[in-house]
Amino acid sequence: MKRIFVNEEWCLGCHLCEYNCAFANSGMKNMALALKGKKIFPKIHVYGNDKINFAVSCRHCEDPLCVKACISGALHIKDGRVCIDKTKCVGCYSCIMVCPYGSLSVGETGVASKCELCLDNACGSPACVKGCPNNAIVYEER
Amino acid sequence: MKQYVIIGNGIAAAGCIEGIRKTDNDTPITVISGEKYPVYCRPLISYYLQGKTALEKMDYRNKTFYADNGCNVIYGKTAEKIDPEDHTVLLSDGKNIPYTKLLVAAGSSPFVPHFDGIETVEKKFSFMTLDDTLSLEKAICKNSKVLIIGAGLIGLKCAEGLKDRVGKITVCDLAKNVLSSILDDDTAPAVQAHLEQNGIEFFMSDSVKSFDGNVALMQSGKQVDFDVLVTAVGVRPNTALISGIGGEVNRGIVVDTKMQTSVPDIYAAGDCSEGYDLSVDKNRVLALLPNAYMGGFTAGVNMAGGNKEFDNAIPMNSIGFMEIHIMTAGNYIAEKDGGTVFCKKTENDIRKFFVKEDELKGYILVGNVLGGGIYTYLIREKIPISTLDFENLQNDPNFFAFSEEIRRKKFGGVV
Ligand SMILES: Cc1cc2nc3c(=O)[nH]c(=O)nc-3n(C[C@H](O)[C@H](O)[C@H](O)COP(=O)(O)OP(=O)(O)OC[C@H]3O[C@@H](n4cnc5c(N)ncnc54)[C@H](O)[C@@H]3O)c2cc1C
Ligand code: SF4
Repeated sequence: MKRIFVNEEWCLGCHLCEYNCAFANSGMKNMALALKGKKIFPKIHVYGNDKINFAVSCRHCEDPLCVKACISGALHIKDGRVCIDKTKCVGCYSCIMVCPYGSLSVGETGVASKCELCLDNACGSPACVKGCPNNAIVYEER
Repeated sequence: MKQYVIIGNGIAAAGCIEGIRKTDNDTPITVISGEKYPVYCRPLISYYLQGKTALEKMDYRNKTFYADNGCNVIYGKTAEKIDPEDHTVLLSDGKNIPYTKLLVAAGSSPFVPHFDGIETVEKKFSFMTLDDTLSLEKAICKNSKVLIIGAGLIGLKCAEGLKDRVGKITVCDLAKNVLSSILDDDTAPAVQAHLEQNGIEFFMSDSVKSFDGNVALMQSGKQVDFDVLVTAVGVRPNTALISGIGGEVNRGIVVDTKMQTSVPDIYAAGDCSEGYDLSVDKNRVLALLPNAYMGGFTAGVNMAGGNKEFDNAIPMNSIGFMEIHIMTAGNYIAEKDGGTVFCKKTENDIRKFFVKEDELKGYILVGNVLGGGIYTYLIREKIPISTLDFENLQNDPNFFAFSEEIRRKKFGGVV
């Protein structure tokens, strides 16, 4: 299965991936309308300092702890991807408590929010990767 | 004929079914379900009262789960007795079910202490099952005055669930702190104050001495008027099936890291069991959902002839109450026991870390809990904190505090 991998030596720390993620998952057609002046809730987060940066999103683990810890059955595995049924999530953050990568975050409505590789939105493949100017994140089979 | 049998139909049972099917796709599974529902998310009962979920959203797995996994579920009957020689389970309807391997996933039962005059209380409930919840829901109205005995996780979750549906909620507990199983003197008062601001009344270090109809006379001499009573003082593991046949039982059914009991071919998992807890290096009952799933899954793999160990269980809780989030894990080793305690308090946030012998042993976060899983990972994997920028990590849990090599491994390969 294709996953997102990080090349931290190429990361500029520009945070574009965060914006592209938020836009791809907004369901809207116009980026300015979707994001301008709004607090964004991306599923990928850039960490680091002025020298080193790297972008972290869901690793889509082969044996995901978050799915085992989820108290509502919202987190599940779909064709190898870790997906979330937002209508079931109650925002307890047990998933955040067990994710060893700090990958999950909290969405606008308070329920958990996570990368699903853009396979269920209009983008069709990870928007963060598509928009990365320097190949610091790649989407491939390893 | 070869057959797996599971007693109980909760989370541990679901984990076991999935564990068995990782390894063995053919052998039939029979599930004995005391409750008359497919496996549902027990922790969601308070969210149901609160209107944050609905009955049809509370199923733990989808509608075809049992059929897809070749399970026959016997609803509304209980296992009365195990015959370990014959390898059979006697059901409440007199039937005997043969097993090749058996999982006891019987969960726990609410402990209801005796109070003088309790028989004069008309509307009294536990808060453990969906049926408890539905009866409690029927008994309340928007003017109800609810008294909850127990300021632990279940009592306070119940309070949260009922808050906008009743007139008044009073909670009492013999302990001095709310949530005494997960919070300490530094953190409990802040959480209690937050709940008080949300209208919950507390009587701490106090409990009911006796009841007279709708009046509770407290040990302190005070009186509380109420019309609905919920007791949530704690749960007891359901161990009788194993103690009844001489299997090793302590507080819970004793299991090894393969989830095997002392009786051949019988496994146990979830709230009824007492397995290895890494944070204290001994067996302990950890009545938590993730633990039930992982223990059940491990048992399933082993019952089906695979080889799996569950040797890194720790207590861990992530829970919110009226918009305040709490995340805790591990063992809170005090300074007097050789620990080093780091505590940072800001207006909306408390972060506490317990370190001993170069390892993080436990943590408490109140407020911002994002990235807390990285701390849990440090505890479970016993990562030497001298290899990290721990100072930074305390405020900001992310992999910047780790070495570049570790980041390359974690984010550059399949995990
Ligand atoms: C209100 C509430 C909130 C909670 N919140 C959280 C939370 O936020 N996070 C968390 O980690 N945990 C939480 N928990 C705890 C969590 O629900 C349990 O740890 C978990 O459900 C245990 O799963 P289990 O499979 O071991 O037992 P259970 O889910 O209790 O299942 C056991 C089943 O076995 C059945 N049974 C018992 N004896 C027999 C018999 N002899 N024959 C047939 N059937 C039998 C019982 O009827 C029951 O249905 C909460 C619990 C409650 C009550
Ligand atoms: S926050 Fe939602 S997805 Fe995460 S464990 Fe809780 S219910 Fe499951």
